[in-house]
Amino acid sequence: MAVTDTAAPDRETDSDTAARWVSLAGVVFRTVLSVAVTILGLLALTFFIGRLLPLDPVLAILGDDASQEAYDRMYVSLGLDQPLWRQFLTYIVNSLTFDFGTSLTSGRPVTEDILRVFPATLELATVAMILGTGLGIPLGVTAAANRDTWIDQTVRVVSLIGYSAPIFWLGLLGLTVFYAGLGWVGAPGRIDIVYQYDLQPVTGLYLVDSLLAGRWDIFQDVFSRIVLPASILAYGAMAYIARMTRSFMLEQFGQEYITAARAKGATRRQVIWSHAFPNIAVQLVTVVALSYAFLLEGAVLTETVFAWPGFGRYLTTALLRADMNAVLGCTLIVGLIFIALNLASDIFYRVFDPRTR
Amino acid sequence: MTDLPGSPPQSTLRGWLEAPGATSPGQARAQAAWRSWQRLVANKAALAGLIVLLALIFLAVFGPALTPYDPMAQNLSERLLPPSGAHPFGTDDLGRDIMTRILYGARITLMMAALVAVIAGPIGLIVGATAGYLGGWTDIVAMRVVDIFLSFPSLILALAFVAALGPGIENAVIAIALSAWPPIARLARAEALTVRKSDYIAAARIQGASRFRLILRHVMPVCLPSVVIRITLNMAGIILTAAGLGFLGLGAQPPSPEWGAMLASGRQFMLTSWWLAAIPGAAIMVVSLAFNLLGDGLRDVLDPRDD
Repeated sequence: MAVTDTAAPDRETDSDTAARWVSLAGVVFRTVLSVAVTILGLLALTFFIGRLLPLDPVLAILGDDASQEAYDRMYVSLGLDQPLWRQFLTYIVNSLTFDFGTSLTSGRPVTEDILRVFPATLELATVAMILGTGLGIPLGVTAAANRDTWIDQTVRVVSLIGYSAPIFWLGLLGLTVFYAGLGWVGAPGRIDIVYQYDLQPVTGLYLVDSLLAGRWDIFQDVFSRIVLPASILAYGAMAYIARMTRSFMLEQFGQEYITAARAKGATRRQVIWSHAFPNIAVQLVTVVALSYAFLLEGAVLTETVFAWPGFGRYLTTALLRADMNAVLGCTLIVGLIFIALNLASDIFYRVFDPRTR
Repeated sequence: MTDLPGSPPQSTLRGWLEAPGATSPGQARAQAAWRSWQRLVANKAALAGLIVLLALIFLAVFGPALTPYDPMAQNLSERLLPPSGAHPFGTDDLGRDIMTRILYGARITLMMAALVAVIAGPIGLIVGATAGYLGGWTDIVAMRVVDIFLSFPSLILALAFVAALGPGIENAVIAIALSAWPPIARLARAEALTVRKSDYIAAARIQGASRFRLILRHVMPVCLPSVVIRITLNMAGIILTAAGLGFLGLGAQPPSPEWGAMLASGRQFMLTSWWLAAIPGAAIMVVSLAFNLLGDGLRDVLDPRDD
């Protein structure tokens, strides 16, 4: 803002640049260290949860009527005879190479299973994110611009319901009304069984794959099925994004540069979108990244309702069968995604928001 | 005790609370609480939340006296009846009155929420206050642990704990509490940091108070109000997580009238008898909405920066 920028222009010298690089290196070093410590802690936590298990991991694999000999052999091969710190070390090394052991239910390596189911969740969460951001930001801006009017109150009520309604209940109601009642959306499940083996997986995202294959009929089927679970999932994200957008915008509206812009005769639209909004854009990216991470949480419950063959359903199936390798593998992956998204938004913040320098 | 002209007489309780000056620390505190209360009640949404919650507590306590039915007794001749005068919310697939089960379920939900608050609150308060007051390595380690817990969405973490502990309502409470304490600890630490260098702490230390006593008697009370508010704010999330666990079959187990479990078992009848699943879900939403409204109001009252 040229109006408020009255400070003398900084003259950059070589020593300034050097100092900036040194401080940047310091920041990078500290960030890497802190991420490393957090990941180590994450591993310690999942290891600890695995140890809490009242089930005997050997019996979980062999069944209750295993012979003593078979039991002992499995006990040694699982490394349970090793001291605890040794087991932990093995666990760290295995986990860092993405070896989470074999799933007791599918009999395949957990990593392979997760890679297979993950695209389904990624597709669902991405569509939900597009919907949630696309609706949440304009709603939040509108609410802030019309503060304390009926528009603001409506947005507030809509987002409070989004916060408060159990997502699995919304899913069930949605299926009853829009699928069973009105027939507007496709059945639960990700794709019609007819097309299941017709579609060559390229990206694993069926919407993209069907377009790549030029199969408009498959695209329609997939789209009609994803639209409801994605909308339900998007509702929570929209509520959160709208609320944060509103409070960020209100913060900007209270500042003097807005008064200055109004005084010089800028239109309402200009003040909102060209003056205030660019200043909250960077903050919003953090919010969007965070809600993307929370969509994973919502996906666990949504996928159960919509028979969606994704990460969440894999996790709940594993939970009900006490398949600990799969549960802990999934938990770790979610933790890592969380850390990665936080880190990404942190870096984004630093790079694009000059105020943090 | 001299009344200023024009001020209400101090003889009534209201006058005492609204007097322009306080004559004792007790009165000052009561006056501050009274002002907050009035601001809260002036906020219609918060008041609505509070009323719903009080009604819920009333129903949970006196529910059994309000209904002629038993929440568990099966009556197969009356199965899947739609809402009617005799059964305002209809009956389920085993002929049990749904309203009765909702009333008993309110007890379970409130009990779970209260237990989580009672477990997670003190853990968060103790860890946060100690870390904030002691500083140094204690602080670094404690906040690292908090960060690690916060790098999971709370439902996922609770799921992992339930998987390890086994399904069931007690384990669900423990699991939710284990995933609920870290944000409280972070908040308590922030509060503790603001007072650790203050004069009254220094004075107490000079008088020879031990660290333990300082934290317990001088730091923790300062952190307490914001911790209580934070728990109220988190209550909606706690209730949704508990219902989610019940829905997934990992929390309360059927035939328990826990709302999430009721919803899960009513799910297969959704297309023919919608009330089996729709009503428990609506109950969950009403309670969670009430906590959100109250929490919002509390935040507005105690953190007027937004104005």
